Amino acid sequence: MECVFGLVGKGFALVVADTSAVHSILLHKTNEDKIMVLDSHKLMGASGEAGDRAQFTEYIQKNVALYQFRNGIPLTTAAAANFTRGELATALRKNPYSVNILLAGYDKETGPSLYYIDYISTLHKVDKAAFGYGSYFSLSMMDRHYHCDMSLEEAVDLVDKCIIEIRSRLVIAPPNFVIKIVDQDGAREHAWRESIKDAPISAA
Amino acid sequence: MFGGATLLLYVTGMKFDTSGLESHGLLIGTNNELLSGLSTAPSFDIPSTTDFDGFQKEAIQMVKPAKGTTTLAFIFKEGVMVAADSRASMGGYISSQSVKKIIEINPYMLGTMAGGAADCQFWHRNLGIKCRLHELANKRRISVTGASKLLANILYNYRGMGLSVGTMIAGWDETGPGLYYVDSEGGRLKGMRFSVGSGSPYAYGVLDNGYRYDMSVEEAAELARRSIYHATFRDGASGGVASVYYVGPNGWKKLSGDDVAELHYNYYPVEQTVVEQVMAET
Repeated sequence: MECVFGLVGKGFALVVADTSAVHSILLHKTNEDKIMVLDSHKLMGASGEAGDRAQFTEYIQKNVALYQFRNGIPLTTAAAANFTRGELATALRKNPYSVNILLAGYDKETGPSLYYIDYISTLHKVDKAAFGYGSYFSLSMMDRHYHCDMSLEEAVDLVDKCIIEIRSRLVIAPPNFVIKIVDQDGAREHAWRESIKDAPISAA
Repeated sequence: MFGGATLLLYVTGMKFDTSGLESHGLLIGTNNELLSGLSTAPSFDIPSTTDFDGFQKEAIQMVKPAKGTTTLAFIFKEGVMVAADSRASMGGYISSQSVKKIIEINPYMLGTMAGGAADCQFWHRNLGIKCRLHELANKRRISVTGASKLLANILYNYRGMGLSVGTMIAGWDETGPGLYYVDSEGGRLKGMRFSVGSGSPYAYGVLDNGYRYDMSVEEAAELARRSIYHATFRDGASGGVASVYYVGPNGWKKLSGDDVAELHYNYYPVEQTVVEQVMAET
């Protein structure tokens, strides 16, 4: 039931993910953040098994940081994507990770980019992609309305269209979504789309 | 015997009512639309399976969380409230009504037990050791975030090898109250309220409805106790004693341990009904 999708616009890339943490029929949390900020200009949205998702993405995040410490310059998005694919491939025939990843990043030289990385180490550089049951609805929506160099308003509008479609057609649709953006100013949270508000977190 | 009765009724001139013996022909798979409108016995589609009763049981068991217990914890204004039942079951046999499911990791951190009792007890004890070593090495207490991450990493390494642990780590550290859910699949969630175990859906209902962030300690304890009681009422694998612990800035404190049967009669006392008929003494 996890929905992750993303697209590339003019000078930015968006990644959207649902925010439910589910065990069988129980919804433990409705505000679980599944899009990790890898470094200042990279986002990694992941969906998959509970432990794998958090552990694998944290492993990639720490290795990306290590490269920067060792070499003084950050990895490019393409390099990070290929590193991730390599780790998944090495583990594949021993102890595979069941995680599907959308890696979005902004490089000064090449602009925004989005990479689709499957749980069996498929790697594609794409303009738009989606994982999970939500992909059945968001992929065709994006195919229909996407065009090169969309502005931020157009892109967020398309994302909202996809979320509405998922909410109205998917049997057990996730109630809340988070939208994160990466552009020349960095990677950050853009907005939430909530239909259920969890209990407010205390200030502490 | 029927033959005899028919003979008797025939002799007395009454028609014997045999409508109960007619087969309706509607019970299995026939098209109900043809006969709607006529007065027929209510019927429903039966799933196409050879073992109907077993199928029903299997369907219920499939969605029910597997760990036979009810535990819950929530953060509120004054700290963290942790509660659990105390029943241990082996299939349909209740092996104990007095299991300690709230484990004291150290004086300011608690862990709850759901799943395999041995797994939970051992790994919580192990976590306590690691927390103490951290204190000695770093001259400061470990945070709840750190402790839960230690446990989650250990459980992740043993993933798929048959450990059954569904635990919540609750404590008070420098940043205030902390609550994490950690399980043997390697999942780790930070949150404000959780319930784990086969009785958890029942407990969630009462807990979610009665929860407010600004409750007093007494109100929060009563909410926790009530949620456990309602779960034990409906879930066969939960019962025994409802223990309630409170974790505050000075560490944890056990607030109460009430037998759920007694709680039942406290919440729903037996009312004296009007006696309709008295048997006369002869």
